[in-house]
Amino acid sequence: MLTISNLQASIGSKEILKGINLEVKAGEVHAIMGPNGSGKSTLASVLAGREDYDVTDGSVIFEGKDLLEMAPEERAAEGIFLAFQYPVEIPGVSTTNFLKTAMNEIRKYRGQESLDAVQFLKLMKEKMKLVNIDQSLLSRSLNEGFSGGEKKRNEIFQMAMLEPKLAILDETDSGLDIDALRIVAEGVNQLRSPERATIVVTHYQRLLDYIVPDYVHVLYKGRIVKSGPKELAFELEEKGYDWIKAEVETV
Amino acid sequence: MTPNQPNNDLKSKLLADFRTSEERMNGASKSALHQIRREALNQFDRLGFPTVKHEEWKYTNVNSLVKEVFEFNASSEITLEDLALLESSRLDGNVLYFVNGRYQPQLSKIVSPTSQLSITTLADAVKTMPDLLNQYFAKYADYQDNAFTALNTAFAHEGVVIKVPANTVVEAPTILRFVSDARQVNVASQPRNLFIVDKNAEVKVAESFRTLGDQASFTNVVTEIVMAEDARMEYYKIQNESDMAYHIGTTQVYQQDRSHFYSATVTLDGGFIRNNLNIALDGSNCEAHMYGLYFPNGRQHIDNHTLVDHRKPNSHSNELYKGILEDRATGVFNGKIFVRQDAQKTNAYQSCKNVVLSNDATMNTKPQLEIFADDVKCSHGTTTGKLDEEALFYLRSRGIPKVEAQSLLMFAFAEDVIKKIKIDPLREQIERRIQAKLAR
Ligand SMILES: Nc1ncnc2c1ncn2[C@@H]1O[C@H](COP(=O)(O)OP(=O)(O)O)[C@@H](O)[C@H]1O
Ligand SMILES: [Mg+2]
Repeated sequence: MLTISNLQASIGSKEILKGINLEVKAGEVHAIMGPNGSGKSTLASVLAGREDYDVTDGSVIFEGKDLLEMAPEERAAEGIFLAFQYPVEIPGVSTTNFLKTAMNEIRKYRGQESLDAVQFLKLMKEKMKLVNIDQSLLSRSLNEGFSGGEKKRNEIFQMAMLEPKLAILDETDSGLDIDALRIVAEGVNQLRSPERATIVVTHYQRLLDYIVPDYVHVLYKGRIVKSGPKELAFELEEKGYDWIKAEVETV
Repeated sequence: MTPNQPNNDLKSKLLADFRTSEERMNGASKSALHQIRREALNQFDRLGFPTVKHEEWKYTNVNSLVKEVFEFNASSEITLEDLALLESSRLDGNVLYFVNGRYQPQLSKIVSPTSQLSITTLADAVKTMPDLLNQYFAKYADYQDNAFTALNTAFAHEGVVIKVPANTVVEAPTILRFVSDARQVNVASQPRNLFIVDKNAEVKVAESFRTLGDQASFTNVVTEIVMAEDARMEYYKIQNESDMAYHIGTTQVYQQDRSHFYSATVTLDGGFIRNNLNIALDGSNCEAHMYGLYFPNGRQHIDNHTLVDHRKPNSHSNELYKGILEDRATGVFNGKIFVRQDAQKTNAYQSCKNVVLSNDATMNTKPQLEIFADDVKCSHGTTTGKLDEEALFYLRSRGIPKVEAQSLLMFAFAEDVIKKIKIDPLREQIERRIQAKLAR
């Protein structure tokens, strides 16, 4: 589904991603872990199409198409979704309001008919239940005055609505209590299917108790320095990152 | 500013016009009202049109206006079909049409009973209510220092006089529609309005300015608003004029104890616009709310000057102006707040926020606070920036194309002010026009 080869990205003169290789197949869940500042959010942003970063080398092929050639909105329409580490506040724009526009733009791109107000509302009700989010929150200005947990739940709600092929969750678990964590995980697991894939960026092993990954990768200094089965996450939890850092330095 | 400015064609023409019209007035030229006109004309003669050397006109250069040739109060064969082209909102209320400055009774309708609301054209009021005019006319809008107000006062013949009797709540809104019919020639008009809201009375008035045709137009409007104790007023000024339109306007508000003035000035389009909104809070426990929205593109120029003069204690003024500037547009916001020594416990807030979408567009903001009382709460702030890139990326990452995402953000930005318009059909119409302008 997704093939990242030798992906290099920088901002200004600062190199951040220094050659990422990653293969994600349909049906898989990949966890990306690593110390702060490793480039995890950068990778997620580059995949979603943030224009601040210059991709200096490498390629990203998503379902046979060159992802890097596409505008962010085209990537979304092709089925990519990023749950932001820091969702922005947008005064005057409610979730309901922009999400309806978003869904219908995506449907237009795919040659599908627009949802009418009734269909949209029905879908919304269904997904609201899934992530246990309140209607009133969705009619308010996006993220304005939301708690940390509310912001993250709103991201998962949007994901549930848009049903992406590839969801990228950037530290969606940080700042969540255990109940919120469960809700978020449930939202992700509901979406798991042989046709879809998920990349979970996280700091803590704890989310992976709920969203069990097929692979765990460690991103450090802009490279994937270690990959392994889900047990790698336990090892990291136990031993921290120092041993990995040491391994990298000796190479 | 300096007398005998060379090359001032418009000025000499106006001075000559005044004398000609005076000759035709016979006896009426001795009326008290006409003495004011004459005084104002002399003042205009002395002042001349302002230049950019004048502090108040630093960013708004009237040079090209002064060089145009206009036909004042040109007759117009406007029909209902022509008006339909303007797609104005349908309002259940009093609608008064003026075309090129002339009242159009056949297009107008007044639904409020006279017991509730007296609506008279200025031309009629001169004949039927001279005492009222002697009491209020030109007593508030300063024609000593402002050349355009002096000019308007000198030529004050057409416009509307509205009087709301004490303890009367007028539900039906009144909208004054000033249309410049510039389909044939360059046209000019100088509407002059006077609204008197008596004690504990309440009224809503909107002024709309539109253009038909591609020739140049010049509107020089002055509105005086006098609010007695406990009076309440909603006042809207909506401008949707052509790129060839010049508009200079002054709204002068005078408030007595416990009166509430609530206003929104929305400029959707117009080539060259200067709005002055001056509020004298000459009473305690008054409230004045001023909202503004301007959205210039192309080479449009929109200048909003506001002045709030807190003269007495315990009053509250609140101001929010927002602008979106595109292309090579220029905008000016100048907000003055005076708090006089007597005006203790004043609360005054002012905010001006701008989004500049192009590198060639310019916004000049200047807040001016002069505070002579010690126990006051005042705050002001201006921001001018680009559209929030983070927000734009967020929306695009959800599948909304760039242009739509930009429109969505701009509309949200503007809506802060749009939602302040409490006359529903008016607000909805403005929303549609803004959506249309954003969609281009
Ligand atoms: N917009 C930016 N401008 C400058 N430096 C950035 C920017 N975004 C990220 N960086 C830098 O790139 C590195 C990786 O950041 P990030 O991708 O956020 O790491 P992580 O998500 O793994 O904590 C950090 O050193 C960070 O300071
Ligand atoms: Mg991060």
